[in-house]
Amino acid sequence: MGITVVDVTKRFGDFVALEDVSVAIPEGSLTALLGPSGSGKSTLLRVIAGLEDPDRGQVLLGDADVTHRPARARGVGMVFQHYAAFKHMTVSENVAFGLKVRKRPRAEIAGRVHELLELVQLEGLAKRYPAQLSGGQRQRMALARALAVDPEVLLLDEPFGALDARVRKELRAWLRRLHDEVHVTTIIVTHDQEEAMEVAGQIVVLNRGRVEQVGTPRELYESPANEFVMSFVGPVNRIGDSFVRPRDLTLRLEPDADTREAMVERVVHLGFEVRVELVREDGQHLLAQLTQEEAEALELERGLIVYVRPSRETVFTS
Amino acid sequence: MIAKWALRLGALGYLAFLLLVPVGLVFYRTFEHGFHPAWAAVTNPQALHALWLTLLIAAIAVPLNTLFGVTLAIALVRHRFPGRGLVNAIVDLPLALSPVVVGLSLYLLYGTGGWLSGFADHGIKILFALPGMVLATIFVSLPFVVREVVPVLREIGTDQEQAAETLGAAPFTVFRRITLPAIRWAVCYGVVLTTARAIGEFGAVSIVSGRIEGKTETLPLYVQSQFEGFNTTGAFAASVILALIAASTVVAMRFFRPKEEA
Amino acid sequence: MATSSAVTVARPAGLAGRMGGGIARGMAIGYLSLIVLVPLAALIWSSRAHGLGAFWDEVTKAEAASALKLTLVVSLLVAAFNAMMGTAIAWVLVRDSFPGKGFVNAVIDLPFALPTIVAGLVLLQLYGPNSPFGVDLAFQRTGLVLALLFVTLPFVVRAVQPVLLELDREMEEAAESLGAHRFEVFRRIVFPNLLPAILSGVALAFARAVGEFGSVVLISGNIPFKTEVSSVYISGQIESDNAAGAAAVSVVLLLISLAVLLAIGAFRHWKTRHDR
Repeated sequence: MGITVVDVTKRFGDFVALEDVSVAIPEGSLTALLGPSGSGKSTLLRVIAGLEDPDRGQVLLGDADVTHRPARARGVGMVFQHYAAFKHMTVSENVAFGLKVRKRPRAEIAGRVHELLELVQLEGLAKRYPAQLSGGQRQRMALARALAVDPEVLLLDEPFGALDARVRKELRAWLRRLHDEVHVTTIIVTHDQEEAMEVAGQIVVLNRGRVEQVGTPRELYESPANEFVMSFVGPVNRIGDSFVRPRDLTLRLEPDADTREAMVERVVHLGFEVRVELVREDGQHLLAQLTQEEAEALELERGLIVYVRPSRETVFTS
Repeated sequence: MIAKWALRLGALGYLAFLLLVPVGLVFYRTFEHGFHPAWAAVTNPQALHALWLTLLIAAIAVPLNTLFGVTLAIALVRHRFPGRGLVNAIVDLPLALSPVVVGLSLYLLYGTGGWLSGFADHGIKILFALPGMVLATIFVSLPFVVREVVPVLREIGTDQEQAAETLGAAPFTVFRRITLPAIRWAVCYGVVLTTARAIGEFGAVSIVSGRIEGKTETLPLYVQSQFEGFNTTGAFAASVILALIAASTVVAMRFFRPKEEA
Repeated sequence: MATSSAVTVARPAGLAGRMGGGIARGMAIGYLSLIVLVPLAALIWSSRAHGLGAFWDEVTKAEAASALKLTLVVSLLVAAFNAMMGTAIAWVLVRDSFPGKGFVNAVIDLPFALPTIVAGLVLLQLYGPNSPFGVDLAFQRTGLVLALLFVTLPFVVRAVQPVLLELDREMEEAAESLGAHRFEVFRRIVFPNLLPAILSGVALAFARAVGEFGSVVLISGNIPFKTEVSSVYISGQIESDNAAGAAAVSVVLLLISLAVLLAIGAFRHWKTRHDR
């Protein structure tokens, strides 16, 4: 079921969390709501979930206007950053909760719980309590719990934010595979652009309560709508009115017509890529990105004078 | 929506009925016959003595319980020693124990034939005199400082204290400069509770004091004796004083309340 | 605290420091023993001074037994009622907002701060022979119950409040998103997590009710076999010079207090079992 958000505005006292936000989420997609803190992405998710009422605007699930329907009647499954595990219930009781509330027969519940625990690879831990699980396991349990009631929509609020880096990466890939298998319309809120780019098919970039751009990861990277999106989605050099990606900054040992002089301050070797921090004569700092071979060819080292020129630049006209 | 209002009115209605109406009545009945009788009732020698005695006992009991309370709290949290669990239980005991039982215990201990009746034999009166009343008051008001300081000590952990130690601070300096500032609000709150309990104590002190008017009668005991003597104005006037002290206690409690309870 | 420019070597708390701490601790424990332990030991000793047979006789004497029974029944009743009202009040104070909430929150502490005799006097005036409401509950068990409800009010409220404040709201939102109604969320999610705190508060309220003296001694009339509770009975026995009788019943109350403390300890342990 697709989701449509139309002109939603939400205020908390004087603070405007969302302003005239309209978004269309295609059915079966995995969409990321990406933005810095305070951008309104969590608020938008909660409005879609029914945990917040918008001051203005509509939320549609499929064709139905659910704007004033409470959360429990929307058929959404939600996963929270800090798991929201029912700490007084076992793992299987947690997963079974939604079904128990719907008064499904015991046998059906048991079967479904087993099926889901297998899906999230927690079969052996059914009788444990959340306090006995690791963060990653708790989050998988939370996902199983949300999926148990066959939601039309799955909403994830910074689900991996409380986990350490390695677990985060594992779960990202895992989520992607899960989505390929289960095909539920999924929205994930994140402030991590790498996560959004890696996991989502479509990204909605939010800033200060407004939508900046909607597009695929590639579209966002290659055709950013404005400065905010461009600098949020990846590192960028600002040279005058132009914006240049580090990859698009060419380094030469000899000057020519369009180059500017700069000194290498630092060379960071990150495996297959090399990051070079430069400073121009007028004091501006630049960041360039080269492959291992390119860096070796130039024999880059601290203090070396090089000549830089953008091979591609972006200018925003508004 | 209806449930919310029903709950709200039910809870608040119960509170108004149980708390506010009674307290309002105290003030009404006190000044029912005018200001002067009420004033006279609390400024006569017996009443003034009772007030003074009450404050004196509190002035002895509270600092002692604070000093030893903080020491006990530190011992319970920071040190391991045999019988720690038992000490913990004993500290909590006055909270669950009837004041009459407390009074009786002291009566049996220091009275004729008791283990410590030797004091009386040598002319040091414990029972029916100030010392006994102080002992009873200390007993019933003992737990509060300890109970308030213990969780704070537990929560702040030993990191800061250990850091100070590695920087060369002697134990007492660590206590004075690191531990004490960290627990000071908990101590204040505990002191407020201890004082309230000490001033308001009735049952235990009633038994050990003998309720000798003008000599071993605290203000709460004075309230009772006035009431039994059919001097209701006197009883109520003294009650007003105690109620005002209670009100300031409540305000102080609100002010010093540890944040988790706010 | 001077630190020289040279590297400061960490000095462990030397023997003097450890001894100092030990001395302080020893004195504190001595204080505790003198104030609490020794008197209670004297009490227990006195109660068995005439043998266990005499002890048992005193406790099972008609008046004593009746007082004990009344005390327990009334205290249980009051504790149970507090479980309900105390939780409701705590809920309203934490989850609801209305003008004057701060005042109401502060006022909860009043029964603790007010001397019991004053509370007793006031309740007698309100519900006794001179009652402005036209009721007369003095010398009746209802009066007794009212007095005990007054003094035990804060216990459950203050036990539940912090737990309710700290409760993970997301758990409730998760339950809601999974289809549960407000009341179901309370029943299945909130209440199980509040239960240990409620029970702790109830235990304290029960203990307080069992031992209460000052507030009941006026309104209940202390009619033996009808409205006389154990604390008043003990007081009466002391006045009639029956120290043995008083001591015996006191030991029973002491045992009840100890049992309550054990229960509270157990609840505390139970409460943290699901936390990490």
